[in-house]
Amino acid sequence: MEYILIIISAVFVNNIVLTQFLGICPFIGVSGKVDTALGMSGAVMFVMVIATIVTYLLQHYILIPLGIPFMQTVVFILVIAALVQLVEIILKKVSPALYQALGIFLPLITTNCAILGVAILAVQKDLNLLGSVVYAISNAAGFGLALITFSGIREQLDLADIPKGMKGVPIAFIIAGLLSMAFMGFAGIVK
Amino acid sequence: MAKRESNFKNMFVTLFLVTLASSAALGFIYELTKKPINDALIYKKTLAVHIVLPEFDNDPFENVKRVPVGNDTLSVYKGSMNGEITGVAVETSSPGYGGDIRMLIGFLPDGTIREVAVLEHKETAGLGDKILKSKSDFPVQFEGKNPEHFRLAVSKDGNGDVDAITASTISSRAYCAALKKAYDAFKKSDIK
Amino acid sequence: MNNLKNFTKGFISENPVFVLFLGLCPTLGTSNSAINGLSMGLATTFVLVLSNLVISSISRFIPDKVRIPAYIVVIASFVTVVDFLMKAYLNTPGKNFEPSIYDQLGIFIPLIVVNCIVLGRAEAYASKNPVKSSLIDGLGMGLGFAFALFLLGSVRELLGNGSILGFKFIRGDGVLLFVSPPGAFLALGFLIMLMRMLNQRLAKN
Repeated sequence: MEYILIIISAVFVNNIVLTQFLGICPFIGVSGKVDTALGMSGAVMFVMVIATIVTYLLQHYILIPLGIPFMQTVVFILVIAALVQLVEIILKKVSPALYQALGIFLPLITTNCAILGVAILAVQKDLNLLGSVVYAISNAAGFGLALITFSGIREQLDLADIPKGMKGVPIAFIIAGLLSMAFMGFAGIVK
Repeated sequence: MAKRESNFKNMFVTLFLVTLASSAALGFIYELTKKPINDALIYKKTLAVHIVLPEFDNDPFENVKRVPVGNDTLSVYKGSMNGEITGVAVETSSPGYGGDIRMLIGFLPDGTIREVAVLEHKETAGLGDKILKSKSDFPVQFEGKNPEHFRLAVSKDGNGDVDAITASTISSRAYCAALKKAYDAFKKSDIK
Repeated sequence: MNNLKNFTKGFISENPVFVLFLGLCPTLGTSNSAINGLSMGLATTFVLVLSNLVISSISRFIPDKVRIPAYIVVIASFVTVVDFLMKAYLNTPGKNFEPSIYDQLGIFIPLIVVNCIVLGRAEAYASKNPVKSSLIDGLGMGLGFAFALFLLGSVRELLGNGSILGFKFIRGDGVLLFVSPPGAFLALGFLIMLMRMLNQRLAKN
């Protein structure tokens, strides 16, 4: 039950992009086409889950026992950066097909604040390992939901006649605002 | 000066030195800010106790009572002056519209509600956040009331004396539920 | 480029938020009031200036291949310093128990480390330029970012609450939408449009 609450809350009520404002850069940057949005969502899911597990283990088995919790930010970001590289190398060797699909998105992920954000939030919320994994998966799913919906709208938008000053990024923000309004309707479904 | 060559030894030494310098500096800052950070956290907690309780001269964080109510356990803090109880503060929470509402309730020894401080909430700005005293008069109606006679439920539910916030019945209900829980804990704790 | 131009480019012509679209997460996430936007902007400026300073002075000792991780360590260290300082000195709740500035900015303080502006300036500017101009570049870009956040925060607070920095300008409640998440997107969309028009006007003259 507790895990279902985490899932619903992360995907709909506190959607990571539309209400928590994490991962906005890829949300605006790679949402032109549904295909790329799918690829990006897959890559984020993959890295977010692994990063959350690794940072959980680091926090509880290295930083706290050694008494250096103040190194948290430094260690987490370094590990995530290294992890992304590692995933890229392994993926290239092990599954060229998957690498084809996700490869070009991986370098972009290091600076995706959603990854570090979820890793830190999972630690702050004091979740156990399983809870952290569920939390990471559902946040990644929330990211994917927002990104894919958004890219679907933007594909249609290409055909619309938009005032000159509004073209491109400004209209994207207006659409994101409307989407965020729609997601506000989910508030209150978790009791 | 030319850039240093990227051989393994150079790379390793550089990264090691940078990280070492960083951890030394952070360790130093950590020690330096440890006390102010702790003071700020304690201040945060005591500020609420000072707001909700009448004057006291003891340390309310000494001998905190943990009282089970329903499937929750609440912390009960005692304030006294010259050994005589002046009030009791109960930390309580209840799920509102946007998330848990955490509150600290100050009771006078006879059970009258003296003052309520909302510690944390995620209610909608402009609607549910009227549970804050800075935003509306909703919380004022509880002050000076004794839950013995004052029924802690929203009046339109038919069994209460509380005027709910317009368009925020869920937040109002959560507020009442948290108060009720706190009152039960106050009675159970049996501080006289 | 002269120092003045180097300093002012961050405000309008190369504004990190309105023109380069960098650092959007903290921009949207912390601009629900003018004071929050300003605090976030200044915290980022602090990190940006100091990391530019350190990186421009040590970059020639750092082998190329470990450049990025070394910069990340430097930046993350300054972020941690800001985090501790704010937790210690900006962590006092208001008298009606409004959350402290540290609590309001929350997760966005440690996330300064992944703000593209900071690493971007380190890589694109500080690693190739002398200390003094890197310092000016960091200060200009940082304050330009702070200016954008303050502007967005002021607009949202004015429309949503009728006030700026807590001073009431318009009576009544205001349009609450603007202090809630959708308002962040809408207000930023319109501000970018206005800034674009302003830049075009400036370029013409």
